[in-house]
Amino acid sequence: MKPGALLSARQVGKAFVSNSAQRWACRNISFDLYPGEVLAVVGESGSGKTTLLRLLAARLACDEGAVGYHARWPGHAPLDSLTDLAVMSEAQLRQLARTDWGFVEQHARDGLRMNVSGGANVGERLMALGERHYGQLRSQALDWMARVELDAERVDDLPGTYSGGMQQRLQIARNLVTRPRLVFMDEPTTGLDVSVQARLLDLLRQLVDELQLAAVVVTHDLAVARLLAHRMLVMKDGQVVEQGLTDRVLDDPQHPYTQLLVSSVLTP
Amino acid sequence: MTESHYNFAFLDERTKKRIRRALLKAVAVPGYQVPFGSREMPFAYGWGTGGVQITASIIGRSDVLKVIDQGADDTTNAVNIRRFFARTTGVATTQKTRDATLIQTRHRIPEEPLTASQILVYQVPMPEPLSKLEPRRRESIKMHALSEYGLMHVRLYEDIAQLGAIARAYDYPVMVNERYLMSPSPIPKFDNPKMHMNPALQLFGAGREKRLYAVPPYTRVRSLDFEDHPFEIERWPHACALCGAADSYLDEMIVDDQGGRLFVCSDSDYCEERREAGHVGTQQAVTLTNVLSAQDAGGGA
Amino acid sequence: MNAPYPSPVIEALALAKTFTLHARGGLSLSVFHGINLSVRPGECLALTGQSGAGKSSLLRCLYGNYAATSGEVRVHHQGEWVALSSAEPRDVLAVRRHTMGYVSQFLRVIPRVSTLDIVADPLRRLGVPVSQARDRAAEWLQRLNLQEALWTLPPATFSGGEQQRVNIAHGMITEPAVLLLDEPTASLDAANRRAVVALICAARQQGSAIIGIFHDEEVRAQVATSCLDIGQHRSLT
Repeated sequence: MKPGALLSARQVGKAFVSNSAQRWACRNISFDLYPGEVLAVVGESGSGKTTLLRLLAARLACDEGAVGYHARWPGHAPLDSLTDLAVMSEAQLRQLARTDWGFVEQHARDGLRMNVSGGANVGERLMALGERHYGQLRSQALDWMARVELDAERVDDLPGTYSGGMQQRLQIARNLVTRPRLVFMDEPTTGLDVSVQARLLDLLRQLVDELQLAAVVVTHDLAVARLLAHRMLVMKDGQVVEQGLTDRVLDDPQHPYTQLLVSSVLTP
Repeated sequence: MTESHYNFAFLDERTKKRIRRALLKAVAVPGYQVPFGSREMPFAYGWGTGGVQITASIIGRSDVLKVIDQGADDTTNAVNIRRFFARTTGVATTQKTRDATLIQTRHRIPEEPLTASQILVYQVPMPEPLSKLEPRRRESIKMHALSEYGLMHVRLYEDIAQLGAIARAYDYPVMVNERYLMSPSPIPKFDNPKMHMNPALQLFGAGREKRLYAVPPYTRVRSLDFEDHPFEIERWPHACALCGAADSYLDEMIVDDQGGRLFVCSDSDYCEERREAGHVGTQQAVTLTNVLSAQDAGGGA
Repeated sequence: MNAPYPSPVIEALALAKTFTLHARGGLSLSVFHGINLSVRPGECLALTGQSGAGKSSLLRCLYGNYAATSGEVRVHHQGEWVALSSAEPRDVLAVRRHTMGYVSQFLRVIPRVSTLDIVADPLRRLGVPVSQARDRAAEWLQRLNLQEALWTLPPATFSGGEQQRVNIAHGMITEPAVLLLDEPTASLDAANRRAVVALICAARQQGSAIIGIFHDEEVRAQVATSCLDIGQHRSLT
């Protein structure tokens, strides 16, 4: 684990058993992520990219290897080394997920509370951290909604009344309100209309830049990788076949599979 | 005189022992919901079986029992439960709060302050304060364990955002001992302050949900609120029409077809005590003016 | 000038590039090999050779956009030599941000971002406040004769020449120590070409080390201090 790294994966692997046969969804994945770096994990269905994301976000336990995070606990002196996610308690992981991490789900409905208003969705993390002033909560909610280009008038509306793009932006605001250092994104723009995608990507690009976010973005869309990511991992059948600087991987792919992926993209 | 074919207080001694064990756990961890083996009682779920099981487990021959329902001793449920205990224990019963050692209540706390030698047993329909927000039991257990109560504040925020104020009028969530979020049962929020630092032992039983919990004497109980929307109890512009009390929870009774209402103490014993002591109310129904007709009379739009 | 002879800021050592096309059964295309170059502040090295000889590929290798097959690219960045070929992505990006500018032939358009903001972006990344960065961007666009009406528009619908000028402003605005230019005047008319030549000469005078591909011989004559013929470094396959 190199000094300064925020997140570190070391020979990470996850196996699933089906029909009494063991299949590795992903195996032997290693990388270090630094503050402010965006890493795209690119691959087709079945590549293991989503499993990898879930391992990194501690939603699944590693069968092999380990994931370390540079956790900062309030009231404690900052550590030099990374903490293995596997040794963190559930309380610590939940705390992390609420404060220093964000997770943007592919379908906004999975990442929102659909039965409370937009403002309440944005304010929830703050309330969990002990914010007890209604006026403050509301003004922060309005502030963040403006940042993700949501109309302030919709603050008291239920997310079900929002369009798909708006729901996704609300999800982003909800995650960013505690200024996390690391955000996991699972296909954040898939399923949205093209113009909506463009707007959302632009927003993500700006926010990542402004807030110096580190992010791991799973996507099958190379254009998303090019736009958002500094680095890329290309996955096939659970392995990383190529990794490096995004523009290098996309413009000068070395691995046969990467070359196939890049050449398969249709450009209008 | 007890019915000869029932054990004292209906439940067998083993069951009482298990419930008392659960109660001890509950007292040791104020506000924490302790599961217990809820028994089949001779009345259906939803009619106070939890409260009755707790009372049955702790009642002794020298106890004096009071049972109230919505503050009144003479409603059907209160009468039935009181009679149930009279038949199965032969223990003395009373309607006077002052004279009771054990009080079982549905949805109210008596106005008369309780003492250290009294126990209050609440009937609880739904013990989980988070149930409407997080229906998954597995998740709400975690939230209690990790003290993750942001979600309840989300609900209160939502009330203020949609309605301008926290709309809960009853079953208003409280923090017990600054650790556990608890449902005080559907008592009006007017009664919440009475729970705080009360000398009496407060026990809560939910028969259908099979959980019980407790607030030991002199425990901190705080109603949730926001700094800029502090907790407030209900207030009436009227006093009790019968006894003139200005500080008790009033029931509103419709007395005629012209909108005439009588506001009367919900706590029947409290009202009677005051009347015996000579206090008298206005004895008159209040007619609330019809708002629409007042506007019409005053001039057009 | 009494200043001591400055040391190089960008060097290539035995640089070679071969493309392997796996879709064509592993067909190997050697673009160049054995390239050595060393450029000092104030120098401008022009890459020459036929079309398709590999000049653009060499520039891209120098920028880190293409991976070198063998050999090394080093850039003098913040007082130290950085071996670009083996550097971590974030280090390559740091070098690009502070030390290396690149003007390509193609403008990759980000939807919804105005021309002014595209040009101001490299300055912003260096920490320059937004309004200041935009002011500088405006200066550069003016120098390149791009009409003000276009500044608030995203450049997707611009003509080739207009896009080229946005590229140039974007690549040169931070006045980097190393400047890589790929056909900067290709789509420009004579007046704009002159403006760009002036900018390149000014950059040279300010101490930038420049490596560029200049199709127009006249432009090359005006800006280059030396030449490297890529054609000499192609293997015959």
